[in-house]
Amino acid sequence: MTKKKSFNMVDFKHQKVLIFWAAVITAYGFIFYYLPLVGWVMAFQNYKPVTGLLHSQFVGLEKFKLLFSDVAFLRVIRNTLAMGIINLVVTFVMAIVFAILLNEMASKGGKKVVQTISYLPHFLSWIIVTGILHDALSGTGIINTLLLHFGCISQPINFFAHERYFWPIVAFANVWKETGWNAIIYLAAITSIDPSLYEAAAIDGAGRWEKIKNVTLPGIKPTIMILLLMNVGNVLNAGFEIQYLLGNGLVQNVSQTIDIYVLKWGISQGDYSIGTAAGIFKSVVSIVLIVVFNNIAKRHGEERLF
Amino acid sequence: MNQNSNVACTIQNKEGFKVKIGTGTKSHKKISAGDLTFRICNGIFMIVFVIVTLYPVINTLAISLNDGTDALRGGIYLVPRVFTWKNYETVLAKDNLITGAVITVARTIIGTLLALITNAILAFIVSRKNFMFSKQVSLFWVITMYVNGGLIPTFLLYKSIGLTNSFAVYVIPGMISAFNMLVIRTYMKGIPISLEESAQLDGAGYTTIFLKIISPLCKPVYATVALFVAVGQWNSWFDAMLYNRMASEYTTLQYELMKLLSSVSNQSSSAEAMKNAGEGSVTPTSVRAAATIITMLPIICIYPFLQKYFVTGLTLGGVKE
Repeated sequence: MTKKKSFNMVDFKHQKVLIFWAAVITAYGFIFYYLPLVGWVMAFQNYKPVTGLLHSQFVGLEKFKLLFSDVAFLRVIRNTLAMGIINLVVTFVMAIVFAILLNEMASKGGKKVVQTISYLPHFLSWIIVTGILHDALSGTGIINTLLLHFGCISQPINFFAHERYFWPIVAFANVWKETGWNAIIYLAAITSIDPSLYEAAAIDGAGRWEKIKNVTLPGIKPTIMILLLMNVGNVLNAGFEIQYLLGNGLVQNVSQTIDIYVLKWGISQGDYSIGTAAGIFKSVVSIVLIVVFNNIAKRHGEERLF
Repeated sequence: MNQNSNVACTIQNKEGFKVKIGTGTKSHKKISAGDLTFRICNGIFMIVFVIVTLYPVINTLAISLNDGTDALRGGIYLVPRVFTWKNYETVLAKDNLITGAVITVARTIIGTLLALITNAILAFIVSRKNFMFSKQVSLFWVITMYVNGGLIPTFLLYKSIGLTNSFAVYVIPGMISAFNMLVIRTYMKGIPISLEESAQLDGAGYTTIFLKIISPLCKPVYATVALFVAVGQWNSWFDAMLYNRMASEYTTLQYELMKLLSSVSNQSSSAEAMKNAGEGSVTPTSVRAAATIITMLPIICIYPFLQKYFVTGLTLGGVKE
């Protein structure tokens, strides 16, 4: 309705104050969100800080060719995708399971207490969480102590020295930190399911499990779909802090992600062109993922993002 | 202290749960064996969940209150073995940690205020139904959720406009976020238009409507966004490392904690450990535990009372463009 409105001088005068603030805020957004995009030019140049964006030599796609011939870059793509997908799947499943089980709890007070506690890790920084993980997984930490106590191992395991433990540790850390938080939205969705559906199911003789399968899960399906879509687009963005903080030389083949690669080449080595090219690759793949999954959802008649 | 109350909660919860299973069985006349098994399994799952969530925090608290050298022997779980305040005294005597704490508090307060004011103004503008550029401005911000320049162009931009080695880099660049703006906008759209119209008839301009009519009604959503921003500000460390590495006067608590973390596994720290061992048995691990507790304490104390706000915020955030 408002879209069809033609330019109107009365409106313009009346809305002066709105237009003024919108202009100020848009100028801010332009500087901090759109201006960095100009820097993408660097990926197509042999960028030198001395010559700057305007006078550096253009090299076409050479930097991208270099990037994809670098075994280390292919490895960080694999790591980013693998950890992104593992984390997405396990945090999703855990949050949904936790929300459903919490909803089934008979005790209202117990539910409240468990829920409050479940939010706690979300509010801790990755610095704290990785510090805690280092302690728990150290030679004298709780995990090794328990494993030794129950005779699963005879020697403490150095969890941070073996490549095979890294992805599971990252997945566990994500589950630990975000399960309670991610469950909030599912709990809200479960609460909004029409109670008469449960009553009808009970009359039909449905047990607890049938109710979960036939009422609760279909009831929260739209929420699951929209959150899944939002998160698939972010699969490549989800790999920086924890990998940066937990990684070490011994596991760098499996721990380094695209963002860490960008940081290493761009900031530490000062090769801005390669770093920017890697960043562009990540952005473009992310946008493609979002558009593709958005269209899949549209075809299946679910809610869309935009 | 807060940690202790959490311990109490767990125990209370376990007992409360057992009691509830009992009463639940009585109140429901027809309770099948399968149902009972489900409840017991569910109860066990929840207890394990609570233990796994709380144990690391309580363990860190115990280590932070334990003699450092003694802690190296291991075997400290829920309570300290050799009690001492020494680790906390050591932390509070470190100038860089004090500077970090001051900067962290400052960035949390200033950053939250700036973000709240600007996001609220923007949300107000785009939620006015008759505003001529409403669609365009919304789209301009929604795009920023999906496209960004990336690390290096952003770094170079901040450097060229003088944001590196400054306090401003913490509070200016991330000030407006499309997500927070959309949360506030969704809430504002739910306010009946008649309120605004009657004010307009009385001659109120947009500024008055924003300050006197809309904002007082938006207090809950403002609290939600303030909470999101404040937690982000309090926990952020990467900006301190990337932009202010050379400016130790702008270090933050989390960044100092990170340096402590990496020094634990570093060779250089053993020298420090030896030096500290002479002063009284404080080790990098025990000092880090104390610093961790100090860093998490404010958030742990506050978040349980703000639950309804973040639940609202997440639910509103699900409603997108």
